[in-house]
Amino acid sequence: MTARQEILDRARTALGPTPDVPPIPRDYRAGGAAGATGDADVVALFAERVADYRATVHRCSESDLPAVLARLAGSRSVVASPRWARLLPGVAVTDDPPLSVAALDAMDTAITGCALAIAETGTIVLDGTADSGRRALTLVPDHHVCVVHAHQVVASVPDAIGALEPTIAEGRPVTFVSGPSATSDIELERVEGVHGPRRLDVVLLD
Amino acid sequence: MTGGFPVRARQELGDAQLRRNLGKATTAIREKRAHAIAELPDWEQLRDAGAAIKAHALATLPEQLERLEAAVTAAGGTVHWARDAAEANAHVLRIARDHDVAEVVKVKSIATDEIGLNEALAAGGIDVLETDLAELIVQLAGDTPSHILVPAIHKNREEIRTLFEGTIATDSLSSDPAELVAAARSFLRERFLRARMGVSGANFGVAETGTIAVVESEGNGRMCTTLPEVLVTVMGIEKVLPRVQDLEVMLQLLPRSSTAERMNPYTSLWTGVQPGDGPREFHLVLLDGGRTDTLADEIGRQALRCIRCSACLNACPVYSRTGGHAYESVYPGPIGAILTPQLQGLDRAPTLPWASTLCGACFEVCPVKIDIPSVLVHLRARVTREVESGRTPEALAIAAIGQAFRSRRRYELAQRLARIGRGPLAMRIAKAPPGPLRAWSRSRDLPTVPEQSFRDWWRSR
Repeated sequence: MTARQEILDRARTALGPTPDVPPIPRDYRAGGAAGATGDADVVALFAERVADYRATVHRCSESDLPAVLARLAGSRSVVASPRWARLLPGVAVTDDPPLSVAALDAMDTAITGCALAIAETGTIVLDGTADSGRRALTLVPDHHVCVVHAHQVVASVPDAIGALEPTIAEGRPVTFVSGPSATSDIELERVEGVHGPRRLDVVLLD
Repeated sequence: MTGGFPVRARQELGDAQLRRNLGKATTAIREKRAHAIAELPDWEQLRDAGAAIKAHALATLPEQLERLEAAVTAAGGTVHWARDAAEANAHVLRIARDHDVAEVVKVKSIATDEIGLNEALAAGGIDVLETDLAELIVQLAGDTPSHILVPAIHKNREEIRTLFEGTIATDSLSSDPAELVAAARSFLRERFLRARMGVSGANFGVAETGTIAVVESEGNGRMCTTLPEVLVTVMGIEKVLPRVQDLEVMLQLLPRSSTAERMNPYTSLWTGVQPGDGPREFHLVLLDGGRTDTLADEIGRQALRCIRCSACLNACPVYSRTGGHAYESVYPGPIGAILTPQLQGLDRAPTLPWASTLCGACFEVCPVKIDIPSVLVHLRARVTREVESGRTPEALAIAAIGQAFRSRRRYELAQRLARIGRGPLAMRIAKAPPGPLRAWSRSRDLPTVPEQSFRDWWRSR
C-alpha cells in the first residue's frame, strides 16, 4: 500500500464512520465590522499602528509624491517595481526584466506599491503584481519604501483576507509585512533589522 | 528511556541561571500577551471560531488532505506522503540529491526537528543551516530547543556572545543584542543569496487553494522560501485548514498569542510555483508521524488543534521553572505533555502527563481552546491502564481501596484501622514511608483521620 493510501485509511479508521463535524461559529467581527475601507479614522489608525513598529510614515498628496520619493531615495541606488519605476525616471532601475539576486543585493532601496494595507495591525500586503513587485524585490535590498493609497487601507484582517481571496485563488504569492524585520530571540528583547529590510518607509497618499 | 520528566526536571531546577533566564522571559511575554489580547473586543469569539475551524478540519481530515494535494498539484507543486520520520527524511534527501545540492537553508520548523531532518541530511552528506536566530544559536551550541517560539530562551546574551565569538563572529562582540543580531545577519546573508534549496515547515496549509502559510519575524523565512530554486515544505497533516477564509481567524489568533504582537513582521503565503517569482520547484511533504494515532483518541485528538503559539508554555507554572529540556521532546510545556506521548506512543513518554499541576492556566490562554488539563487526566488514566503493569504501589493501593469500598463491613473495618493508624509511630511511618511509597509522600501530607467516623456518630446519636 502506498504511504498516501495508508495515511488516508488510518485517518478514516481513526475518525470512524460518522465523525462529528462541528459547525464553525463566526461571531467575531467580520469584514466591514471594524470600519469602512479608506475612511479617515481607519487611515489614521493605520498610520499610528505602522509607526508603532518603528517604521516611518510619510503622509503626502499625489502631487508631492515624486518629490517625497526622490527625497527618500536620496543618493542611494534605487530599484522599483515596474509601475513605480515610471514615476521616478532616471532615478530608479526597473525590476523588469527581473534583476539577478546579486544585482538586487547591490541595490540600497526598493520602491513598490502594495495590494492593500490593514489598519488594525499596521500591515502592508504585497501580491506580486507590477505594483507590489515580485517577492525578492522587497526582500533583498535593505530599505523598502512602500506607497499606500488611502483608499487601499482596510480596517481589519477579515477585510484583508476577503479582498485577497481572488488573488490567493489565482495562485499569486502574498506577503504580509508589519514593520521592518525583527527578532526577540535574545532575552525577548526586540531588535529591528535582521534578514529582511532593516528600514521600512510607508508613504501614505491622501 | 531515561528517568523521564521527574528526573530531568529535578536536574534543571538546580540551574539557577536557567531559572532566572526563564522567569524573566516568561513573565515579560505573559504581560505583553495580555495587553495584545485586551485590544481585540472579539477575542473570545475568535477563539471559538479557531477551535471549531481546527476541529472541523480534523473531523474531515482525509477529504481536506485530498483537496490540498489536488490544489498544490494543480498549482505546479509536488506532494509526497510520509508515514513516519524516516520516510519524510528520505523524501527531502532524495530531492536534495536530485538537484545535486550540498547545502540547504532552513526556516525554523518544529516538524523537521521532530523528525530529526538535520541529522538525516547530515548523514546523507548535506549541510543544513538553521537560519532562525534562536535555532542558529541552538545549532551552533550543539544544543536542543527548549521553547516552541524562542528555542534559545534558556540562554542569555552573555552566553550567546561567548558562543558567537567562538563560532560565527569575525571580531570580538559586545553582549548588546543588536550587535549579536548583526553578527548573525552578516554570517547568514551570503548563504541565503547562494542557497539553491530551502526547507520550511508550514503554519497552515489551505486545502481550498493549496496555499501554504509561514509566519515569522526575521525575514529568514522569506529568504528561504523565495530565493532558492527548490523549496521543500514539511507539514504535519494536522496543519490543514479547509478554506482561505479560515486565515482571517488564524492570522489574528497566532501572532497575538505567540509573540504578543498585533501582527508578526512577515507572513508568506504561496501556492505551488509562480513563474518569475520565487522557487521554480515546490515540494510538499505531508507527515503523519503518529498524528493518525492521535486522531483515534476522541479526547486526546484535540491536541492536534495546536497552532504552536507557545502561550501555554509561558503561562505554565511548571514550564516556567523547569524549562523545556525537562520534557525531553521538541514539544515542551503543557502542549508537549499531551502531544509527545500521543505522537510517540504512551510507553515512550509515560511520565509527561504528570508534568503539570492541572491548574488550568494553559487552557485559559489557548487560542484554539485545547482543554489540556482534561487531556492530561485522560492520558494519566491511559498510562495507568495501558503502560503500567498494575503492580506499581499506586495501582496496588487503588486496587485495595476498591476492595474496601465494595462492602460495608470491609469499609468500616478499614476506617477503624485508619484510626488506629493515627498513633505517633504510625504517623512517623506515614511521613516517611519505606520504599516506593516515599515518592508519593514526599510532596503530600496525610490528612488526619477524625476520632469518630460519620457512621459511628450517626449510630450513637
